[in-house]
Amino acid sequence: MSRIKSPAELEAFRKEILAQRDPDKPCITLCSGSACNATGSGKVAAALELEIEKQGVTTEVVSRRTGCHGFCEQGPIVVIYPQGICYLKVQPEDIAEIISETIKKQKIVERLLYVDPNSGERATLEEDIPFYKYQKRLVLGSNRKIDPRSLEDYLAVEGYQAIAKVLFEMTPEQVVGEVKDAKLRGRGGAGFPSGLKWDFARNAPGDQKYVVVNCDEGDPGAYMDRSVMEGNPFAVLEGLMIGAYAIGANEGYIYVRQEYPLAVANLTVAIEKAEEYGLLGKNILGSGFDFTIKVHRGAGAFICGEETSLLNSLEGKAGEPNARPPFPAIRGLWSKPTNINNVETWANIPMIINKGAAFFSAIGTESSKGTKIFSLVGKVNNTGLVEVPMGASLRDIIFKIGGGVPGDKKFKAVQTGGPSGGCLPEDLLDTKVDFDELSQAGAMMGSGGMIVMDEDTCLVDIARYFLAFLSDESCGKCTPCREGIRQMLKILTNMTKGLAKEGDIDLLFELAEATKGSSMCALGKTAPNPVLSTLNHFREEYEAHINEKRCPSLSCKELIAFHIEPEKCKGCGACFRKCPAEAIEGGKKRIHVVVQEKCTKCGGCHEACPAAFDAVKILSGVPVPEATPEEARAIG
Amino acid sequence: MSEISLQIDGKEVAVSAGTTILEAARSLGIEIPTVCDHAQLSPYGACRICTVEADANGRTNLVASCQYPVEKDMVVRTKTEQVDKIRKVLLEQMLSHAPDSEQLVALGQIYGADRDRFEKEASFCILCGLCVRYCAEVKKKDAISFFDRGAKREIAFLPEIAMQECWDCKECFPLCPTSALQAAYVLTEALMTPTEPAAPSCGGGCSSSEGCG
Amino acid sequence: MDIGKIDQIIDKYDGEASSLIQILLDIQSENHWLPKEALTRVGEKLNVPMSRIQHITTFYKHFSLSPKGKHEVHVCVGTACHVRGAERILDTVHEVTGVGAGETDPDLNFSVETVSCLGCCALGPVIVVDGEIHGNVEQAETAAVLTELKQAETTEVMQKCACE
Repeated sequence: MSRIKSPAELEAFRKEILAQRDPDKPCITLCSGSACNATGSGKVAAALELEIEKQGVTTEVVSRRTGCHGFCEQGPIVVIYPQGICYLKVQPEDIAEIISETIKKQKIVERLLYVDPNSGERATLEEDIPFYKYQKRLVLGSNRKIDPRSLEDYLAVEGYQAIAKVLFEMTPEQVVGEVKDAKLRGRGGAGFPSGLKWDFARNAPGDQKYVVVNCDEGDPGAYMDRSVMEGNPFAVLEGLMIGAYAIGANEGYIYVRQEYPLAVANLTVAIEKAEEYGLLGKNILGSGFDFTIKVHRGAGAFICGEETSLLNSLEGKAGEPNARPPFPAIRGLWSKPTNINNVETWANIPMIINKGAAFFSAIGTESSKGTKIFSLVGKVNNTGLVEVPMGASLRDIIFKIGGGVPGDKKFKAVQTGGPSGGCLPEDLLDTKVDFDELSQAGAMMGSGGMIVMDEDTCLVDIARYFLAFLSDESCGKCTPCREGIRQMLKILTNMTKGLAKEGDIDLLFELAEATKGSSMCALGKTAPNPVLSTLNHFREEYEAHINEKRCPSLSCKELIAFHIEPEKCKGCGACFRKCPAEAIEGGKKRIHVVVQEKCTKCGGCHEACPAAFDAVKILSGVPVPEATPEEARAIG
Repeated sequence: MSEISLQIDGKEVAVSAGTTILEAARSLGIEIPTVCDHAQLSPYGACRICTVEADANGRTNLVASCQYPVEKDMVVRTKTEQVDKIRKVLLEQMLSHAPDSEQLVALGQIYGADRDRFEKEASFCILCGLCVRYCAEVKKKDAISFFDRGAKREIAFLPEIAMQECWDCKECFPLCPTSALQAAYVLTEALMTPTEPAAPSCGGGCSSSEGCG
Repeated sequence: MDIGKIDQIIDKYDGEASSLIQILLDIQSENHWLPKEALTRVGEKLNVPMSRIQHITTFYKHFSLSPKGKHEVHVCVGTACHVRGAERILDTVHEVTGVGAGETDPDLNFSVETVSCLGCCALGPVIVVDGEIHGNVEQAETAAVLTELKQAETTEVMQKCACE
């Protein structure tokens, strides 16, 4: 295929692709995102290829390896179109049956269907699975339909329609106006209005301007951007190109974490394909607009998600922030006006142009429009990527889509916004997903991590965890961030070890105020949030750690002890066999005893003890009862 | 350059665009404490004790006066209860590294900082960066650099360059607010003295330290 | 590392100083660590001061200034993995390999690193052994994977020593 030189040629090519595709022909799609690859998608793909050949259905069926479908815990995922039959946890040995039954005889392979853990009901179609049913997948939707490395697939789902419209029917002002009218807010963290940001860079003096994609998704527990970049890179490229046209830039950069090798690989292929077809480079579609893109891999630094640090890193320097103002829109990459948006923001742009600002702004709440992707993870039944309209409640996301907390455990908190965000308790579960409402509740939209915690999660430990992360990830340039985090982390670590002192909570508040008030960049200014939000909503947990040296969640290792209740122990030896530290004294038909001095508190005995006996107890804040004397340990 | 008028601690002043709040305050004779600021170096914003409160565009923000450019009709307060509290904590944090620094002790007295509030840290360096920046910006030698990040951030001389350039210069020594810099240099010198390479763990030419018995 | 290979990598980026991090990443992935000679060569060719190279190579977590073990173990300690017990997995890795986070054993068999999120949160806790992702790992499974590798190494060493 040669370069596409005009919108007419683009449409002709699209028609040609669609004409070759029979929408009624069975299409087997296999999720090949990072998570499914980890659970064996590669082997399933090989089996699929082999079996299609072997059973002689090469002409009757199409197969496609797609991007991430989002229901990562259930991978590898196979969906058969046009019906949308969804098979989960598919293994290579299941493929022969899928082809012989579902493809040849239109019969469902029952054992591969989704089973609702609460009702026990099976769901045949993707859309019947509660995890998908309550979502609105405007951005992620294409992920399961296209091969991320196929430009033809992207064209088949209206790809590059928006850029053609923009280049030939809209002025740059109109494009900015459309994004403003859509009321799109940046998906990377603070939620700044994207149209306004574009306007700043557009109006900034200077001939040379840049656009940048921020795919340095460093929030631990968030992976929306990875999935979009891996699964639909062309949409990001098209969005970026539209932004470049609107702002007046001819060069773009994509900053991707090197921890995301598949995203880098798929993106690189997409750029090569786009260049080959003339959808990047000189005189795109004959419009006179030139645009090139370079990929820059991050080398492992969370701080590079912050705009000015990212730009320093792009210039080949350490990722330390600059003071703002001047903002990147005025003085960015190589001191030129630069507009940076995150992956999800850019991926929304083609849709806004295709469907119009009115369509987009009709979804969501007064101040937050469109949809938002969350990575719903932690102690929740259905983990994976969830795209919901703004305004959905946390309760609906966690319980309707996520299926609630596994086992008989009680929900305790949900953490949103990553290390800059906060933990919200049960009584705030009706909070809506909305930039402002989440901030008011003491959390943050952030980039979209949503980590569910149950009664076993200690929130003092969670605050300690985030500060340990930030202590390592701070660039260390300014005192309040570097030293403030260091001191807060010391206090929290002491608390989890039972070494806290009276007055520590007040000291935490004081340190938090200085760090928040005087740090240079957003990392420092928001670093105290995990501490403040847990102190705000779970202060009693802090007090228990300080005053009683007790961890109410029975989680902090140094504050707990494992103890076998003599009257409940049946001498089965399950705990004895599991103990890696030889810390259990046992024997046939004898009461087992934990030798406290040897115990490493791994919890193995607690897991091993049969539920019917329930003899192994975790104690905290109380003395461990005296061990049963040797001579009194015989049972029965 | 156009003039921008603003108010600092109740006094009106007009300065050229691009002036920092710190510079504007100094032109009025208002003193804002600083540690990492230096006349010959570009503003760096590391110590943050020059933080002030500024109202601009209808919002009140805490900003580092050494880097923040003046804005039209801005109202700046260089001393408030909150600002003083922040300076006190920052000084206490710096004093945990350099409890005997004359400059820090003097500032600490003004803001009521308790130099024993936090446990003593192993490193004397407060990472103001004066030495690193002076060597790079003024001397253009790059003989000393930052290493690592976060709580592990530190400064160190690059031995190869230091041995050639530093002996006759040492202009960074008096810039250091703590007494640590000279010590760092002495350490570098010591490290440059060649030592015997470590003996291999197994005499038999095997790279393993176990399993050779 | 071969100077010719380093030059090849530098040339791929047209010797641009702004590509410093990209060049170092390529050398790191080729050689698994950054030897002093390589850094000196990069500094000379790109005309970048050594101070900046030293800062960068210690600032970004992916770079290693000392040789890595034959087997690289990455334990994800992202939030999702943390709440599902990543710390205990890290303990197990330490127990089995004798190598703590950020360390390499003297025999260069194992390097253990923590990573802050691999984006496989739904599979947590996650470990990556020699580039292969293992999801939903329990302590026992982690131990099994690593013990197997460790035994293979020990056998190899014993064979090597026996023939010398």
